[in-house]
Amino acid sequence: MSDVSLTVNGRQVNAAVEDRTLLVHFLREHLGLTGTHVGCDTSQCGACVVHVDGKAVKSCTMLAAQASGSTVVTIEGLSDGTGLHPVQAAFKENHGLQCGFCTPGMIMAATDMINRHPEGLDEATVRAELEGNICRCTGYHNIVKSILAASQAMAKGKGRAKAA
Amino acid sequence: MGIEGIGARVARKEDRRFITGAGRYVDDMVVPGMKHAAFVRSPHAHADIKKIDVSRAKAMPGVIGVLTGKELKADGIGNLICGWMIHSKDGTPMKMGAWSPLAVGSVRYVGDAVAIVVAETKGQARDAAEAVDVTYKEKKAVTEAVDALKKGAPQIHPEAEGNLIFDWEIGDAKAADAAIASAAHVTRVKIHNNRLVPNAMEPRAALGHYDRGEDHYTCWTTSQNPHVARLVMSAFYNVAPENKLRVIAPDVGGGFGSKIYIYPEEIVCLWASKKTGVPVKWVADRTESFLTDAHGRDHVSEVEMAFDKDNRITGLKVDTIANLGAYMSLFSSCVPTYLYATLLSGQYDIPAIHANVRTVYTNTAPVDAYRGAGRPEATYLLERTMEIAARELGVSPAELRRKNFITQFPHQTPVIMNYDAGDYAASLDAAMQAADYAGFEKRRAAAKKRGRLRGIGMASYIEACGIAPSAAVGSLGAGVGLWESAEVRVNAVGTIEVLTGSHSHGQGHETTFAQLVADRFGLPLDSINIVHGDTDKVQMGMGTYGSRSGAVGMSAIVKALDKVEAKAKKIAAHLMEADEGDIVIENGALKVAGTDKTVPWFQLALAAYTAHNLPAGMEPGLKEGAFYDPSNFTFPAGCYICEVEIDPETGRTDIVQFVAADDFGNIINPMIVEGQVHGGIAQGVGQALLEGAYYDGSGQLLTASYMDYTMPRADDLPSFKVSTSNTPCPSNPLGIKGCGEAGAIGSPPAVINAITDALGTENLTMPATPQKVWAAARAATRH
Repeated sequence: MSDVSLTVNGRQVNAAVEDRTLLVHFLREHLGLTGTHVGCDTSQCGACVVHVDGKAVKSCTMLAAQASGSTVVTIEGLSDGTGLHPVQAAFKENHGLQCGFCTPGMIMAATDMINRHPEGLDEATVRAELEGNICRCTGYHNIVKSILAASQAMAKGKGRAKAA
Repeated sequence: MGIEGIGARVARKEDRRFITGAGRYVDDMVVPGMKHAAFVRSPHAHADIKKIDVSRAKAMPGVIGVLTGKELKADGIGNLICGWMIHSKDGTPMKMGAWSPLAVGSVRYVGDAVAIVVAETKGQARDAAEAVDVTYKEKKAVTEAVDALKKGAPQIHPEAEGNLIFDWEIGDAKAADAAIASAAHVTRVKIHNNRLVPNAMEPRAALGHYDRGEDHYTCWTTSQNPHVARLVMSAFYNVAPENKLRVIAPDVGGGFGSKIYIYPEEIVCLWASKKTGVPVKWVADRTESFLTDAHGRDHVSEVEMAFDKDNRITGLKVDTIANLGAYMSLFSSCVPTYLYATLLSGQYDIPAIHANVRTVYTNTAPVDAYRGAGRPEATYLLERTMEIAARELGVSPAELRRKNFITQFPHQTPVIMNYDAGDYAASLDAAMQAADYAGFEKRRAAAKKRGRLRGIGMASYIEACGIAPSAAVGSLGAGVGLWESAEVRVNAVGTIEVLTGSHSHGQGHETTFAQLVADRFGLPLDSINIVHGDTDKVQMGMGTYGSRSGAVGMSAIVKALDKVEAKAKKIAAHLMEADEGDIVIENGALKVAGTDKTVPWFQLALAAYTAHNLPAGMEPGLKEGAFYDPSNFTFPAGCYICEVEIDPETGRTDIVQFVAADDFGNIINPMIVEGQVHGGIAQGVGQALLEGAYYDGSGQLLTASYMDYTMPRADDLPSFKVSTSNTPCPSNPLGIKGCGEAGAIGSPPAVINAITDALGTENLTMPATPQKVWAAARAATRH
């Protein structure tokens, strides 16, 4: 057994887990955070993407023990609780989801992508950067549209913040 | 239409839970005392089971029970069935081999379930499953349908001699032969429609819970049709009578056909829950999904199309062999027959058609409906043949199609279908304009200067949706009726619940179905809830597949709304002392036309439930149900154009533009319709360029993970140009045809027609991988 201690969505969590427990199973089964999904077991599909210390990570690729000491944000903790995060809002506005299963991973990956590209995004970049996330429903058309819209909205938001 | 009514581009009501991580899929369900299951699966494609020793597994940490087929049979659990009877042309019924939920005696494909292990944790269950010691005697396997029909091929089921399930025909062989014999030109094509794995992103899962106190079972399952699951598990598999079995399909992460069927796992989990005394949850890992989800397509066909001297089609003859895998899945028999050969007239006026279809057992995963189900196979065959014919005849592919289009409706084809409405030239024109078809040769020349091969291809598809008129499909062998049910419950405060037998697993029913109600009564979308996916809430339904939920499911809602409206108007007329015929419903109120008399909707609802002042003899309440049985199929149709650029040095194909022009009849929510088309195109492009399930000679699936099976990713695809035209469907009250499968049906031939146009060779099979395209390009330039 391994003792793990980490911050998840702003809350301090301590637990003893089987050594082989993956971060995704820790989140889902120990913490009940079932928004993070398992779609492939081979780190291909990206349904399990969360943020670990501010970076997008496939939580099926990491042991819970490896995440000890880290700060983890899942889809449940993405917005500040008062409303939707701009990426969540953009997915809804632009019909960027259908069955919803890949969606949490898409949104977490997209948020990280937008954060890493403060200069803004174009379609080719978004498509290339979505390499690690598979969607079977949307044909990606509206996911790409959602991410571009969110990127613009977040840039404007920052612009306004600076001006203020 | 109003801002939230029919035709409005409303954002989806269901999105909030999905984008915040609050969706509830089967794997998210937790029941007190729940334990975890792992299946022991055959590592061999074909073998006899000599011995199963579970003693070591039973002694492993955390293990609660290990159960095999022997115990399952002893408890009287039935074999899985195929629910659509097909007769061979000699009159004999299809040869259905026994499929036990846990194998007894023999295993017939890699992944065949042999035993279930229930343990405290998923990890312990998997560890113990590996410790179940099964002694097999391996037998020779066969994976290709053509090989399985050969003399001396391994015999897979004793019931089906020579592995032939049925040898079926449709149409007029003599007339088709005569047309070919007297033709000015005959185009002959061999077609392979590649085997695909549906790959819904949510793996299949089941949670079975037997409640000892109530003697009652509950099954949470990843199903597109929970009511059919309950019916079949009760009537055929002897799990429990219907009144003691509740089936819940909560949020389901995509289906594409693969979650229509009732699989061994949900039956076994329910049974194992009673045997072990604990709720049992099983969730497939991705490789299990690849091995055991029903696959799609896998047809081999030979085609002859006859033309007269004016390039009019005079006849079509098709010979198809369809691989159904190791067992007959629930609807496997209707896919290569009534969902396929009845669409072989395409959009064309073809006086004589004959198709012969042989279905075959092989040592591979069962094959059943996958997005489009038979119609992609028909469309690929026809539209490749049309394109090749145009090239052989030296005429424009667009004009060859246009010349042969059906233009008068209704049109009776020689293969059962009666097309009710359409304007095929309108879709063709719209697609050609959107693609700037006229400017293509300039683009081709410019690409050539850059060392790239540019090609353009089109496909004009038709499909039959809105399945289906119950009596008609019953006469063709269907074991069920294909109507749909709805119940509209107006609460005493005027809010509304609509219970539907359709199931939403990505289609957005919670929004589009609510739009119908909002439109009818002028109520806000927020006051309407759609309830589905639970046999304890919705009495009966046939589920969602075959693009049927708009045309059939929503039509049932319309019928129920008609009844609610009629009763509401009677009450309103009584309350306002007016004539019932003068009552109109506008903006959430019932009014007497031409006066200022009005009763708000909520007040009307309250009056129905207080029942203090109702018309004499009227029952209290405001709740109505309806069953809708369609009178015909619906016929969505359209034209897709694909333009590609190929790097002849690497064989890489880039789709530089993709245009879809569809006629879906009337549309409830254009945003959702476009999304359906986008997703369908991606799956069709996947089939054309990337996807293929491959077994080796011994029956091992070589493509059993996302590292081996190429799923379309964002950078494999462009953004799509989609548009719709509208000839309303005359057979249902909403005039809608269905849009769920069109993209997957129309796109594969458009892509391959574009690539073969670029390469100048027809010698190319799907998936057109870079390796194949590179080889084809080199072979073509050598000539």
